[in-house]
This record gives sequence, C-alpha cells and structure tokens, in this order.
Amino acid sequence: MKKYFTPTLSLNCFNKLAAALLLLAAALDFSRAQEINVDNQISILGGTKPIHVTLDGFPPEVASVLRFDLYVQGFDFVPAETAQYLIHGVGSGNVAGTVTDNLAHKMILSRSYNGASLRRQAHAFADDIVQAVLNQKGIGQTKIAFKVQPNGIGPGEIYVSDFDGFNAQRITADDAIVAKPAWVPRELALYYTSYAPGNPDIYFHDLRNGQRRIIAGYSGLNTSAAVCPDGSRVAMVLSKSGSANIWVCNADGSGLRRVTTGVEDSSPAWSPDGQWICFAMKKAERRRLAKVPAEGGQVEYLNTSGAPNPTEPDWSPDGKWIAFTSQAGSEFDICVAPADGSLSPTALVAGQNPSWSANSRTLIFNRRSTGGYRQVLSVLDVFTKQYKDCLRAPGSSSQAAWAR
Amino acid sequence: MKLNKLIFPMVLALAAVLASTGCKKGITKVTPLPGQPPAIVSDQGGAGTIAPGPGGQIGGGDNIGSTGVPTAAPGPIATSSDWDPANTVQDRAALAAYTVHFKFDSAVVQDSEQSNVSSVAQALTSDPNVKLLIEGNCDERGTEEYNRALGERRALALREALAKVGIDPARIRTISYGKDKPVDPGHDESAFAKNRRGDFVLCHPKTGV
Repeated sequence: MKKYFTPTLSLNCFNKLAAALLLLAAALDFSRAQEINVDNQISILGGTKPIHVTLDGFPPEVASVLRFDLYVQGFDFVPAETAQYLIHGVGSGNVAGTVTDNLAHKMILSRSYNGASLRRQAHAFADDIVQAVLNQKGIGQTKIAFKVQPNGIGPGEIYVSDFDGFNAQRITADDAIVAKPAWVPRELALYYTSYAPGNPDIYFHDLRNGQRRIIAGYSGLNTSAAVCPDGSRVAMVLSKSGSANIWVCNADGSGLRRVTTGVEDSSPAWSPDGQWICFAMKKAERRRLAKVPAEGGQVEYLNTSGAPNPTEPDWSPDGKWIAFTSQAGSEFDICVAPADGSLSPTALVAGQNPSWSANSRTLIFNRRSTGGYRQVLSVLDVFTKQYKDCLRAPGSSSQAAWAR
Repeated sequence: MKLNKLIFPMVLALAAVLASTGCKKGITKVTPLPGQPPAIVSDQGGAGTIAPGPGGQIGGGDNIGSTGVPTAAPGPIATSSDWDPANTVQDRAALAAYTVHFKFDSAVVQDSEQSNVSSVAQALTSDPNVKLLIEGNCDERGTEEYNRALGERRALALREALAKVGIDPARIRTISYGKDKPVDPGHDESAFAKNRRGDFVLCHPKTGV
C-alpha cells in the first residue's frame, strides 16, 4: 500500500541544531503517522484518514476551488496548529502560493500562475499540490460529460463541463431521451445514446466540428457505449439478437461482433488493458457482475458478496478496482471492490453511476438531492469517503463520464 | 503529547528565524496557462462543438487533448432492414386497454396477463397490414442502464408471447424507455406497479406511401 503520510525531512536549509530539533519533533509525532498507516492497511477504501491542511491568503473564488479540488482528493481543512501542510496564498491578482510541510518545516511547493481564468489557475495549483503531496496526478483540470433532464425525467441533453460542474456546455439540442455519454480516450469526442431517431441509437459526436453520426442503429436497443482504452473499439448493449447483450464494434461502427449471450446484459466497462469487458448480467434471475474476454469466451463472475443487485461497473484505469452500484429496495450505494476478487466490496456512499477519474482515486457519481428525487453530480474520494456535490445544473444530472 | 505541544512552537519559531535569515524561498516558478476554450458553437445540425484551447491543455494526460480524431473511413451506418415505426401512423389508443404489467424486476409475462396478449394478437390477425410497436417500461427502482435492458427484455418477452400464438415476429418492433416514461410519477408501490409495463402501439401504413 502506498503511504501518503510519511513526513519527509530535508537538511538542506537547516543547521545541525535545527535538524536535531526537527528529528526530535518528527519522532515525537511519529505515533500519529504510524496510526494512520495501520488504518491504511486495515481498510484503505473509505477508511483512510484525510491529510490535514490549512489554507489562508487566497481570494474567495480561488479558495473555494482549492477547497473543492483538495477535499475530493483526500485533504481536509483544519486549524494551522494541527495541519500537516500549510497552503498559503501570496499576493493578489494571479494565483500564487506556497505549500509548507508543517512537520519538516520545509517548503515543498512554491508557484505562481498566469493566463486563463482565476478558476483555471486555482485548479492548476490544486493539481500541483496533489502532485507534491501525494505524488499523484491531480484531477483539477479534467472534464466530464453527463446528461441533464430539465424535468427530472424523460427528454434531456448531453453536456460537457469541468469536473466540478463549472463551465458547462450543451452538446445536443434534440429534446429527446439521451443516455450514457462515453469519452473517446484523450480525444474531444463522445459516444452517447439518443432516442432522437425514434429508437435508442448510438451516436459518435466529434466535439471539434460538431459532426455526428449513428454508429449503431439496429432494431431494438442500442445503448451503453464504452470505448476501449486505446480508442479502437466500442462495447455496447444491443438487443438485435432477441436479448440485450454485449457487442463490440470498431470505432466507426464496422466489424460488429457479439460477445455475450445471457438473458439480460447491461453496462459494459473495459479493463485498462483492453482484454476484458466487465458487465452487469442476470444469473438464475439474480443480478451479478461478470467479466468476459473482449473477443468473447468464458464468462467469469466477480466477487460482489454482500452487495445486493450490482450493476453499472466501471474499471479503474490502474486496473485495481471495480466501482459499481448496489441496490437494496429504492436505495442505491456506490461500492468499490478489488478487480481480482480478493476482497468483498466496500459500500462507500449512497449514489449511482460511478465513473473513475484518470488517477484511479476519485469517482464521479450521481445521488439523489437532499429531500428530492432529482439527481445531482457528486465527486467522491474512495480512500477517505469524502465527497462534494458539483455545481448544479437546472433539473436532474446523471450518468457522468470522466474524460481520461 | 504535552512534550509534543511544547516542541512544536519551538520548531515553528526556529523555522521562522531561519526563514528570515537566508533560507527564504520566494515564488520560484510561474506556470503560464492557456486561455479558456471558446464558447460552444452550433452547426447546421444543432449539435455542439468544443474547440480545443490554444496550445492545448496544460497538465498532460488527464486532460482532454487537442490531437486529431482518428479519421476512420465512414463506417457502414448500421441501419436495420426492418420496418421503421417512424414511417407509420401510430395509434396509441387502440390497444391501450391491453397494457401488460410485470412483477418487480421481472420480465415474465404472467398468466393473468395472457388475455391482454390474446387481445393484441387478435388485432394483428384481423388486419394483416398493421404492425406493432411494443414499449417496455420499468419502475424507478433500478439503475438507469439496467432498467433500459430490463424494459427491452419485457418488450421482447411480449413479442415472444405473441409469436407463440402465431404472430409473425417480423411485424413487431420493440423499444425500451427504461424508467424514463412512467405513467405515474409517484414514488410508492402503487405507482411502481403501474409503471412496470409493456404498452402496445398499433402502426398503420402511411396512406399514399
């Protein structure tokens, strides 16, 4: 397991006396670090303690971006006395700031930004903080695609926005039922389902020039497009054979072949190596998750014990985890299980439709708004279980896909 | 812990002294950011575009790149050889009384629903020119794409039931609305029971076509 909390010591700037004092302080504080590491080993999913930081000296908009980005990547905000890292804003105008390790008393990041918008600069700073502290790529400057239903149900449109819901742009204008947008990896292009032709068909939509075309418009259901990590193939659900099954075609819709033959298959998701497709299915009328070789073959069931009615799997880009939705009655939970089946799933928060970020740490999902039936997008750190709602679009937002 | 509380301010103070006597690090690096992508524009089809920002996105692989889409030759647009319900005159009222309802999370056509299936079969038998669209629907207790598959399975089960009593399945098309088209917007079992259904739409040939 990766240890995020080990204090780093540097003697660069200090004389021997200071170094001795620091080592003493670090030793005295070691109990804290060790306690966290033990917790990590017991339950990394949802049981990891957040990294305590304090934030000061930033204008409100910048501070709110930094708080959002860092909170959903496992940081929490505490008074300076108990913070492990001090994040300090410098000057005004463009974003500029420093990060100081409060245990080692060492500045670990010092950077300023110009260009774009203040929000964008703040996202870039958050990414640099995540890189400096966690040695992970941040999610601050990533995009999502999702669907918005103005009346909460029925017709809607596909939107693209920053991962926190800001800068939303409408992509379709069909006033039709839409479903399940999927990014082409590393491209400005989407696949999605639209009922605009009078049937649920799958479109490929190039966001650079606005051109789109149907790549699957067969008799019956055409939905749930999922693009394989190298972008060359698309998995989807078709019912042209007489039952809803997983099929795979080339990126342009050619080369269609059937992959599963169950009674009711849904929600294909690719393994990061493109060798497997995880999907939801029925076995003896019980919902299960399974995986099948992308070229077809023997179906293997996933360990989802303890998580009833699993659907909507998404495989983390690092290959380690499968996130999915578990359902009991009218309640939905976001669950995460090791892809190798070595452990039972962990239920994290109430919600549906999980989609991994590129860093395999954060999920975007939708959850029922408090006291209502509309869905809001929310971002979840699977290690600390911390989540925050994205900026709300009018109506109901769901089926977010994280660009990666 | 008490010792800890004493040591910490000492270290803080020492660090402050060091910082003011030659160890200070200023802002060491300026990161230029490209401008925001321009606003969405519409083409003749009303579909949106997003132009990549000048110079591409910063930050590397997590971001949406601005490299080209693979210029695959236009694939065969998958069209069905079947008839298209959009090219018919749809009559929703004719068979509205024969809507078939399903048990929770089930696509089994109950014995109690067989009389509705028979009535629909009669309508198709009596007029060989009409075709049938079956709409499968679900209650809200299921994830979106799961329900889309379940609704399709319900519609396909009804097509199968009609085929069993002698109707040519080629006359029947299916569509699943998942949980997107409830007849009752309520959130209780009585609403759920009404929403778990297969609706029958009679499709007449367009005159003069």
